[in-house]
Amino acid sequence: MTPEMGPAVERLVFLLSTGLARGAVLALFALSLVIVYRAARAVNFAQAAMAIVPVYVAFAVTSASGSYWLGLACALVTGALLGAVVERWLLRLVPQDNPLPGIIVAIGLVMVLQAGLAIAFGPDHRPVHAPFSQRPFDVGGVSVLSPYDLFVLIVAAVVMGGFAILFNRTSIGLQLRAAAFAPETSRLLGVRVPRMVTLGWMLSIATAALAALLLVPTGLGLDPHAADVLFVNAFAAAVIGGLDSPVGALVAGLVVGVLASLVTGYASAATAPLAVLALLTVVLLVRPHGLFAAREARTA
Amino acid sequence: MTTTSSSTEDSPPRLEVSGLTVTFGGLTALDDVSFSVADGETVALIGPNGAGKTTVFNAVCGLVRTRRGRIRVGGAPAPSSATGLLGAGVSRTLQGLGLFDHLTVLENVLVPLTSVRPGGGTSADAVQEVLGTLGLGDLADAPAGTLPYPERKRVALARALVTRPRLLLLDEPAGGLGAGDIDQLAQTVRTVSDGGCAVLLVEHHVDFVMDVADRVVVLDFGHVIACGTPDEVRRDPAVEEAYLGVPVGGAQVEPVETGREQSA
Repeated sequence: MTPEMGPAVERLVFLLSTGLARGAVLALFALSLVIVYRAARAVNFAQAAMAIVPVYVAFAVTSASGSYWLGLACALVTGALLGAVVERWLLRLVPQDNPLPGIIVAIGLVMVLQAGLAIAFGPDHRPVHAPFSQRPFDVGGVSVLSPYDLFVLIVAAVVMGGFAILFNRTSIGLQLRAAAFAPETSRLLGVRVPRMVTLGWMLSIATAALAALLLVPTGLGLDPHAADVLFVNAFAAAVIGGLDSPVGALVAGLVVGVLASLVTGYASAATAPLAVLALLTVVLLVRPHGLFAAREARTA
Repeated sequence: MTTTSSSTEDSPPRLEVSGLTVTFGGLTALDDVSFSVADGETVALIGPNGAGKTTVFNAVCGLVRTRRGRIRVGGAPAPSSATGLLGAGVSRTLQGLGLFDHLTVLENVLVPLTSVRPGGGTSADAVQEVLGTLGLGDLADAPAGTLPYPERKRVALARALVTRPRLLLLDEPAGGLGAGDIDQLAQTVRTVSDGGCAVLLVEHHVDFVMDVADRVVVLDFGHVIACGTPDEVRRDPAVEEAYLGVPVGGAQVEPVETGREQSA
């Protein structure tokens, strides 16, 4: 990077680096959708609402204690608990033989959670402060990532790495994968499948809450709908990646984040969702199961 | 191998099925079926299609409700949960293999060890031993779905053996295999049995049954119509009749199991 670099290149570098940081959040949220899809065999349409509840908890805890980190920890715990409660005491009661009842219950849950938050905390935006500066570093005259963007990227990398180890190197991870793809066979081999489903929901909602928590300082602030657009884009990323594939969620999340950033920078913010939808359409036309889908469909 | 190996006099048989009756709606699938398998003994359940072989198997595994009779494993009532059975040293292969195609051979074999410890020794030793015995060592990291059918069957067997069971239930272990693979399978079953494990197998392939079984239980229409050593059963007129006049021990009584899965 040299001071002679033209403004066009500077702009490109800035948009790319910002896109990566936004993409990391998208990738985390898309990963949460993949995890819950593996556990429940359904897309959780309540993911955004379930993710934003723990963010309110974090907001309240941080306001009361002054500690961002305590708020973050409380958000993760709340997300895991909310995932367990919703799976055990709500979705387990819903007929499983076709996906429609679950989807309708999820939509109902969105209404209840978002209305509940609006009643409890008010419907207005609340400004949320980032734990680190959002002013971009100046590298040789070029604006690149802010310290907060860097923090987001590091957190996302740590979480992704943690999940890679969990899924591929541990007994629990093996049980989660086995139960996700062939629950009946897994049960006959001694895997406690219902426990794995609950665990999948806990991991998923905690991850979604983390993504939403990382997102909120970069947007308008906290309100009951603050994660809705994140859900839409992350859902597109998860589908592009193949819905089943954590690696697909990671790659597609970053791609969608960079794409949205570039389109926002060069065209307009209003065009970005169209670009994401266009990418989704193209991928689904070329590879209907997504880029990283497992070779074979899961069995009962 | 052909002599009936009886258990030590005072210890209960590893598996004891007595007076087992199972009905599905109005249909009596099993009627007063009794037999036992001692430690170190291999017992085969044979019979024409629909005779109730698989139902016996499922009853032992707690997958169908029994109307009457009792099933005891090692002298205690058989557990009905999958984890309970594994904990009691009961292991089985599944119909249609039930492999996790997207997991590696090693991961497939590890799944049962996530809930039980192997009967004796560490998990790592048990895994190494079973992969070695079945010649799967070099394939440990291959996705199970990419293997040819005979290797897939060996993975399924490895997964059943890795817990070092006291009672092994094999569902058509020879089905879909060629002569060479069946010889190898017979050798494996003998090794397992010589190690003290009780083996109960359901099998269509009569040559294989006569080769490995210490005793044969013949089912027809849910009744035990013969029970004895392979030679005794072979000479039993009732058995010949059940098989519509086809002499037992000749060619296969029925075409080999066609449950061949995609073996890409």
